[in-house]
Amino acid sequence: MALDKTYLEYAHRSHGMDHDRYDWSMLSDRPAVTWPGGKKLALWVNVPLQFFPLDQKGEPFKIQGGMTMPYPDLRHFSLRDYGNRVGIFRFLKAFDKYGVTPTFAMNTELAKRNPYLLNTIKERGNEVMCHGMHMDALHYGGQDKQIEAQLVQDSLTQLRELTEQNVTGWLSPGRNESENTPELLAANGVRYFCDWVNDDMPYTFNTQQGNLWAMPLSNELDDTFIMLNNLHSEEAYAEQMIDACDYLLKEANEQGGRILSLNIHPWMLGQPHRIAALERVLEYVMDQDVYSASASDILDAFTSQLKAP
Amino acid sequence: MKSDPGFYDYWPYENRPKIRWPGGKKMAFWVAPNIEFYELNPPVNPSRKAWPQPYPATQGYSIRDYGNRVGHKRQMDLLDKYGIRGSISLSTALCDHHPEIIQMCKERGWEFFSHGIYNTRYTYGMSEQQERDMIKDSMDSIYQYTGQKCAGYLAPALSHSELTLDLFAEVGTELFGNEGGIYTCDLFHDDQPTPIHTRSNKPFVSIPYSLEMNDTIAFVVNKIEPRRYGQMLKNNFDRLYAEGDESGTIMCIPTHNYQVSCPHRMKAYEEALDYITSHDDVWITTGKEIADYYLEHYYEQAKADIAQKGAAHKRTAI
Repeated sequence: MALDKTYLEYAHRSHGMDHDRYDWSMLSDRPAVTWPGGKKLALWVNVPLQFFPLDQKGEPFKIQGGMTMPYPDLRHFSLRDYGNRVGIFRFLKAFDKYGVTPTFAMNTELAKRNPYLLNTIKERGNEVMCHGMHMDALHYGGQDKQIEAQLVQDSLTQLRELTEQNVTGWLSPGRNESENTPELLAANGVRYFCDWVNDDMPYTFNTQQGNLWAMPLSNELDDTFIMLNNLHSEEAYAEQMIDACDYLLKEANEQGGRILSLNIHPWMLGQPHRIAALERVLEYVMDQDVYSASASDILDAFTSQLKAP
Repeated sequence: MKSDPGFYDYWPYENRPKIRWPGGKKMAFWVAPNIEFYELNPPVNPSRKAWPQPYPATQGYSIRDYGNRVGHKRQMDLLDKYGIRGSISLSTALCDHHPEIIQMCKERGWEFFSHGIYNTRYTYGMSEQQERDMIKDSMDSIYQYTGQKCAGYLAPALSHSELTLDLFAEVGTELFGNEGGIYTCDLFHDDQPTPIHTRSNKPFVSIPYSLEMNDTIAFVVNKIEPRRYGQMLKNNFDRLYAEGDESGTIMCIPTHNYQVSCPHRMKAYEEALDYITSHDDVWITTGKEIADYYLEHYYEQAKADIAQKGAAHKRTAI
């Protein structure tokens, strides 16, 4: 019994990362930034607006939050649709009440299917980033490159037409990528994407089609991660956000501006028994003198403070 | 395959020879940050997949990288604040990838022990020679980068062979004589050190490294809320501290910078560390210092007690 000798060879065992996507850098070593108005903590509230197809293919895997029952899984289809009909309007009220500027990550398919919701978002004037075509149109390793290229192009082009926005942000469905996804995004005019969760601040992500910004959208603080995956209570969700806010604010005061990113789903936190937890969090965070802004505005504020190369 | 690994004998928790730690303390406390490197595209192991998704596994890889980019400094600052030196369970390739982290820990007098080379290279399927080479490579790296003679082992990603402990003990002797390869964190059968049988019969102990208090087990496997984790740490401490009246106990908190150093988990962790270190009768130490002290003062006594109780048990059985 033995493994192939390559199993004990370490081709990338050298300084920095084991790939060339981004440079190795510790957050605590980077220059301090300050948000507009002298604020220390930026609040990025990111709202995925999602369409989960009833005829889910699950290629190459079934996405969390998707269909789990034999076809037709009316239970999960309609529970997710609830977010776009009911939950989102609870969200919007809460955002307005507490003066929060949200960013919407929209499936292009949902924008096509739901003109009322699309217009509601457009009229508010909030930033929309592309969340891929829909929740069963995954980007994944081994995917045919031409198919993925078409998917990226269609998702972005159509969403730009529908929203009449430039759409420079991207969040992959399931936050899953192929090895080509970053190049395809850069080639299609994307400026920042939110799939990687290795930082609490923006950093430069290399692609052969020009660089992207990786924006730090925490998955650990995601409402579905905490309540659907970890099965924590609404109360525990709120406590975790408040503890995170306190901690990041303290670190921001010591080391320089930080971002509290809340990825929240209307089909999860928009339920009647959960919305109060979100309101509690927003009330608490907005009381802390934070910079509540869109993902693009936060990124602009960040890049404007970088020294010219 | 064996029905029992045979590393240790049954040894009831009651009526053991009494342990007192240096300074007469009744409890030893150590924190073991796992500082790990996971590869984005590791070679395939026949027994275990590194990532659930086809390459690139963006999510799993990047949250672990968060531990090094963001989390390490947070936990290190916290341990500094409470006068705790970490005992690092180290993916030793991190010496090459992120020597900045190694340097910071070295300056603080932290201990480095081997957790394999990468946490994406599993022991499963290795020949004896391959596993020996991997362990030796890891111990060599620690010595080369830190000057420390690696004393402890936690197999990479807790992937073992039947020979893992034997090989670690033997390579330790080969490299550093009696100073190298003296303790393991791979076994979870006890709250006190236990003499371990190895092929070479060298003095070798299991040091309690609690899987139950391990943040990744708590947060990822058991899906525990951060504040409850903080409470569990305090409860674990309270009981072991009380039992220390009878004989010295050990509490270990194994951590990961991609788990406990996330912003929503630091507060509860800090509260637990603050609570634990506010008690007087605690020896705040490292894994190696516990192993050294135990081997010097209690190892032979423990072996004799185990042998005597085992023999008495056999006589009763007859």
